[in-house]
Amino acid sequence: MHTHEQYSAASLQIFLAIPFILLFVLYILAVVLSNRKKKAWPTYRIIAWNLGILCAMLAVIGPIADLAHTNFSAHMVGHVLLGMLAPLFMALGAPVTLLLRTISIPTARKLTKTLRSSRSIHFVQHPITASLLNIGGLWMLYTTGLFPMMHENMLLYVVVHVHIFLAGYVFTISIIYVDVTPLRKSYLYRTVVFLLALAGHSVLAKYIYATPPNGIPLDQGELGSMIMYYGGDTVEVGLISIMFYQWYKKSRPIFSNGKEGFAINNTKKFTVVGTDIEEVKRLNANAGMSYREINEWFAKQQSKANTVPKKR
Amino acid sequence: MTNSISISSDPKQNPNKKAYAKQNMWTGILFGLGIVAFIDEVVFHQLLHWHHFYDKSTTDIGLVSDGLFHAFSFIATIGASFLLADLHRRHAFWLKRWIGGILLGAGVFQLYDGIVQHKWMGLHQIRYGVDILPYDLVWNILAALMIIIGAILIYQTNNERKD
Repeated sequence: MHTHEQYSAASLQIFLAIPFILLFVLYILAVVLSNRKKKAWPTYRIIAWNLGILCAMLAVIGPIADLAHTNFSAHMVGHVLLGMLAPLFMALGAPVTLLLRTISIPTARKLTKTLRSSRSIHFVQHPITASLLNIGGLWMLYTTGLFPMMHENMLLYVVVHVHIFLAGYVFTISIIYVDVTPLRKSYLYRTVVFLLALAGHSVLAKYIYATPPNGIPLDQGELGSMIMYYGGDTVEVGLISIMFYQWYKKSRPIFSNGKEGFAINNTKKFTVVGTDIEEVKRLNANAGMSYREINEWFAKQQSKANTVPKKR
Repeated sequence: MTNSISISSDPKQNPNKKAYAKQNMWTGILFGLGIVAFIDEVVFHQLLHWHHFYDKSTTDIGLVSDGLFHAFSFIATIGASFLLADLHRRHAFWLKRWIGGILLGAGVFQLYDGIVQHKWMGLHQIRYGVDILPYDLVWNILAALMIIIGAILIYQTNNERKD
């Protein structure tokens, strides 16, 4: 009896871990392949992605996942890891950008075209939809009978966990634009939506403190609620700091133009991979020669100097 | 770079400061709000354990208000830090106006916390098991004082701005 339960729990964990192992392998493979043709993919992105995979793995397989079936605090630690920390780190890994530079240019063009025109992607990536999927999903999980049901039904368990991760990821990329971002909203817009989503998360955490899901003892509910509340805060501080830092970099003053840099500017033109076209033009105009260009220029001068004296 | 174009050695002649008067004030207000919420969390909740994470008498609206202000306060603190860095970067920082903003923001939030959240919504009390009246008085009078001083500073800098 007992061994059978353990067996199914183990297979469940492995089943949830497989996608993350695949993502880990594919990412490394893409880095190796694309580095052959293009400049080296940044190390910090690789580190971020792998930290994200690690967080997700900790949540779905191993001691925390084992304990999560019987212990609500462990479940909450898993929830913060899988639904918040893993998505944040993985978003910093910019997987879609990596994919685009790995595949052939015609395929990449087709893909960006789909990303740009697909209404369903825009819909899901809209900050409000993403927040509803994320926070709304959590409210459904903890305030209805879904939570005890999830531990009875294996399929439901998988669906809920996949949803927690995906909704967390979509929410993260709807707030910070690191990767390819088809739909863009202003900083102020995203801050307001983020504020409401975070408030929803905090309120839910305190609600669980008083009324934990069915079958959870009150003391476990209290501890789990505080893990959700403070753990959530910690991750969200990181998320919002990244967004404000992006604003800070983008709004760097252009002294000849007076106050222009301060305004939250929503009229900028972006390519689908998120390049601010005007910004690139401006930077290029001021840039002069890059290190590589200087080297090339020297090489040319050298070869000229070498070839000139030769006579045909 | 040409950062130094618009910077004069005399701060009163500095046009950036006045051009960014609004940002100076709002940066202060947001920061003040954040500071009070931070002190509330660290000192009263974590160190003194006077405040409670959850009080059984909390109303639903109290819970929502607490969640909103909790989220708002730390977003405000982080946002205000970046706005402050932005002011320094533009050589537009105005200390007096910024402090006025801080006192105003801190006072308004503390008054809201003391009157609306503690008393009306019954979120939690300042301290349990003691006569609460002196605590409430100190809390709210302090808040009112901060609002008054903050408002005076903002008013004065407003006049300086128009000169």
